[in-house]
Amino acid sequence: MSLSVILFAIVAAITAVSALGVVLSRNIVRAAVWLLFTLIGVSLTYFLLGAEFLGAAQLIVYVGGTLVLVVFGVMLTAQGPFQALKTRPAEWAVGIVLGSVLFILILNASIGASGSMQPTPPGNEHLPGAGPLGLSFLGVTETAPIAEVSGIPADRKISRLPVAYFLPFEIVSVHLLVVLVGAAYLARAKRRAKP
Amino acid sequence: MIELGLPPFLILSAFLFVCGAVCLATKRNAIGILMGVELILNAANVNFVAYARFNPVFRLEGEVFALMVVVLAAAEAAIALAIILNFYNNHATVDVDKADEMKG
Repeated sequence: MSLSVILFAIVAAITAVSALGVVLSRNIVRAAVWLLFTLIGVSLTYFLLGAEFLGAAQLIVYVGGTLVLVVFGVMLTAQGPFQALKTRPAEWAVGIVLGSVLFILILNASIGASGSMQPTPPGNEHLPGAGPLGLSFLGVTETAPIAEVSGIPADRKISRLPVAYFLPFEIVSVHLLVVLVGAAYLARAKRRAKP
Repeated sequence: MIELGLPPFLILSAFLFVCGAVCLATKRNAIGILMGVELILNAANVNFVAYARFNPVFRLEGEVFALMVVVLAAAEAAIALAIILNFYNNHATVDVDKADEMKG
């Protein structure tokens, strides 16, 4: 048992337990708090994987932005303090059965797909930090892959164009702007329904 | 992290995905369903980063797509909450079973 295994066990247990809490809690405010711990656990997983920039972005955007938005939505639509919409037991049964079947299916597929992977060559252990990511988003650098694509024999080289992510970055930023303008338009104050 | 390998991260991701899917299936509150969608997107993100870490072909791509997913999830949450607020203004409830006016 090395330190990384113990750390991963702790972080994965926190994440999984709080994800279960999101599903099982009746009260929507408690579900939001469980979701907060799930998102923090996922960002800790990113830190464990060596993606520090992504973990920080997850903390800032999800925990600081999206979750606050969700809590505001809960506040604005609450019909009473701590009121919960009940789920029928039959729906619970169907959901849990479908969920376990889906879990087994995904595990089979993903473990089977990960079995044929090559080990990471030495020197490639660290994920690119904020510098290479930013340069690739700006389209400045060419980020050709280092190793071969798994499953293809070594004598057949794939001719792959050098890639940078300037266009997706621009599309995603304009998309975010348009979506926020649309959300502000949709949520503007209008007449209220007669209760 | 070398001795840990890829499968534990895939198991964690699958568990998060299933929690999100069950959340979608069982919650009646529209904001609860939005939380399920967030769980599913996070599961996909964990997969992206784990493959970026353990498969050198996707070293940069995994992180790039994970960042895209984070931004798109923020946009999705904003627009979904705007729709939910609009629905609440018109119907005075957030129960998704009440949203059946377009049922054929």
